[in-house]
Amino acid sequence: MALIDNRMEDSLPRLSEATAGDFFALMKPRVMSLVVFTAFVGFAAAPGSHNPVLGMIAILAIAVGAGASGALNMWYDADIDRVMTRTASRPLPSGRILPGEALGFGIVMSAFSVFTLGLLVNWLAGALLAFTIFFYAVIYTMWLKRSTPQNIVIGGAAGAFPPMIGWAAATNSIGWESVILFMITFLWTPPHFWALALFKAGEYGKAGIPMMPNVRGLASTRRQIFAYSLLLAPIGMLPWLMDYRSVVYGAGATALGAGFVWYAWTVLRMTDEDQAMKPAKALFGFSLIYLFAIFALYLVDIALMHAGIVG
Amino acid sequence: MLASLVKAMDEERIVLSERQKKAQRSRSIAIGLALAAFVVLVYFGSVLKFGAALFNRPI
Repeated sequence: MALIDNRMEDSLPRLSEATAGDFFALMKPRVMSLVVFTAFVGFAAAPGSHNPVLGMIAILAIAVGAGASGALNMWYDADIDRVMTRTASRPLPSGRILPGEALGFGIVMSAFSVFTLGLLVNWLAGALLAFTIFFYAVIYTMWLKRSTPQNIVIGGAAGAFPPMIGWAAATNSIGWESVILFMITFLWTPPHFWALALFKAGEYGKAGIPMMPNVRGLASTRRQIFAYSLLLAPIGMLPWLMDYRSVVYGAGATALGAGFVWYAWTVLRMTDEDQAMKPAKALFGFSLIYLFAIFALYLVDIALMHAGIVG
Repeated sequence: MLASLVKAMDEERIVLSERQKKAQRSRSIAIGLALAAFVVLVYFGSVLKFGAALFNRPI
């Protein structure tokens, strides 16, 4: 009898205890803040004068679109998020949000953000945002993440698109300057995530995610981190080398690039026996500073050039 | 007859716990605020998008 009662209780629909804050957490606010910032830089870097209110609407739509793709990612990844300590407290694995709620929220927010951007700003930006959401939720989350160690190399494109969307929102076109901003984030992603994967290899292994250290080994990952940092440093300097950003940006980008290569070098020199992995943790921390600083520098340089302080 | 039917319906009704009520209130407020912000956004966005053409109509 008790067994029957329990079964009946289990079959009843669960009532949601999710608060508005849980739904906000579902949108990965920290990732969203980086998306907002890089999209804003893309918007500000675009030539010509732009309506600031439409710019604000564009950035808001991009932020909501990024949040929606984060919600879809968390909906699909709830099973592996439950296994890793880093993600176990997220709204879905902790049971604060029901899977159906997360899926519905992600789809509705995706549609709202794309149509708002398309109707109120322009359809090129709207289409790029739709593609970015699709790329992150379907190509990366549902396909690449669990099937190849190149998951974050290819999937990194999703995180690199926002400056291009910002640029497209301002100009209704795709400029090569925005492609370079895309390249900076795209090449930054592998060393950033592989540095994390080095000291979280056990967790990723437990969850069955084929991250580079788990598949190719620690030494190969360290070499690849260094190789990507050698590519990233000159690409970061490219806006100055191509003469459309000033020496202020050039000097900053050179210093940041040199710092990145140095941190990657210390990672390369680590041994397999190193359990503390301080160099990998240091590179992970520096990579966050690098991305924020290089985009901030880009923005400052635009302001300085507009003010006529630098040429 | 009617009284017993009403009583039966009352017994079937799901009663929310305090925590569920609080969460529901929080979601309702957030949806309300988001919809209001969306209306404002669409209104001003449309006005800006049309620009001067907004006044270009037969009177």
